[in-house]
Amino acid sequence: MYNEATVVGSVIEGLRKQFPYVVCVDDGSTDGSQEKARAAGAVVVQHPINLGQGAALQTGIEFALQDPELECIVTFDADGQHRVDDAKAMAERVKSGEAEIILGSRFLDDRTKLSPAKRLVLKTAAIQSRLATGMNLTDAHNGLRAFNPRVASNIHLTQNRMAHASELVNQLARLKPKYAEHPVEIIYTDYSKSKGQSLLNSVNIVAELFFK
Amino acid sequence: MVVSLALMRGGSNARHLAVRRILLMIFAVVAALSVFFPEALTRVAGFLGIGRGTDLVLYGAVVSLFVFMATTYQRFRHAENALTKLSRRIAIDEAEKPGQLS
Repeated sequence: MYNEATVVGSVIEGLRKQFPYVVCVDDGSTDGSQEKARAAGAVVVQHPINLGQGAALQTGIEFALQDPELECIVTFDADGQHRVDDAKAMAERVKSGEAEIILGSRFLDDRTKLSPAKRLVLKTAAIQSRLATGMNLTDAHNGLRAFNPRVASNIHLTQNRMAHASELVNQLARLKPKYAEHPVEIIYTDYSKSKGQSLLNSVNIVAELFFK
Repeated sequence: MVVSLALMRGGSNARHLAVRRILLMIFAVVAALSVFFPEALTRVAGFLGIGRGTDLVLYGAVVSLFVFMATTYQRFRHAENALTKLSRRIAIDEAEKPGQLS
């Protein structure tokens, strides 16, 4: 979570209807998001400085792994772009043992409405990801994922900013867990679109991965 | 090209660092000498198949620049990793441990 004070409260309240234990990693927010998250009932793990989404994800994973009763970790965006029902369905598939990691894909059904440019960039990313790793994903850059503790303990993200998604796929390709994709809807609102990453950021991502 | 690639990939351990520093010193000395002995450098350049002595110094400078960029970026990444681990440790230590709620 980074500066999502206006929406994070309702996002967490929605999550807590289906998930009793919600952890919110705060990436150095300066707008009071932490209090909103706590008030909504989440455990807040606070980065002292802003590091990036990749770093926040890794922190959340390491935090969750401290729980001896951990069954499944679900990563969920704080800005309201994800559906709790999708997350619940994905968590059930992991807990049932059907797969070790379920990856969300916005291209498996028609719910998500995308601009042609964004669709092209994301599809290109998926193709590049398949060529580089051999993992055949329709959506390589989706923040909604569910995975079990074994997968979690083998993930070590060092890309702090947005290149972490590609780094994650690379690590999964080496780990070879039982995986499947699950259709998810990404809800683009004016709010989330104004804060989301621009398509140009794909240039930064490629550069960061090239020079590691 | 091979030399510059080898130098750029050189790790951050002490031995590689020392080698790079020695090469840098040699380069600096040679560059200074070339001002006073221009023909000497031109002879070396001719031996290597390069036009003039100054061209040789130029190529050396370009190689040095790329090596510098590579090592600086490496050092930056190391620092970023260290800072991240430190921040993560603080964040996790300050939060209430899981399993104490549910």
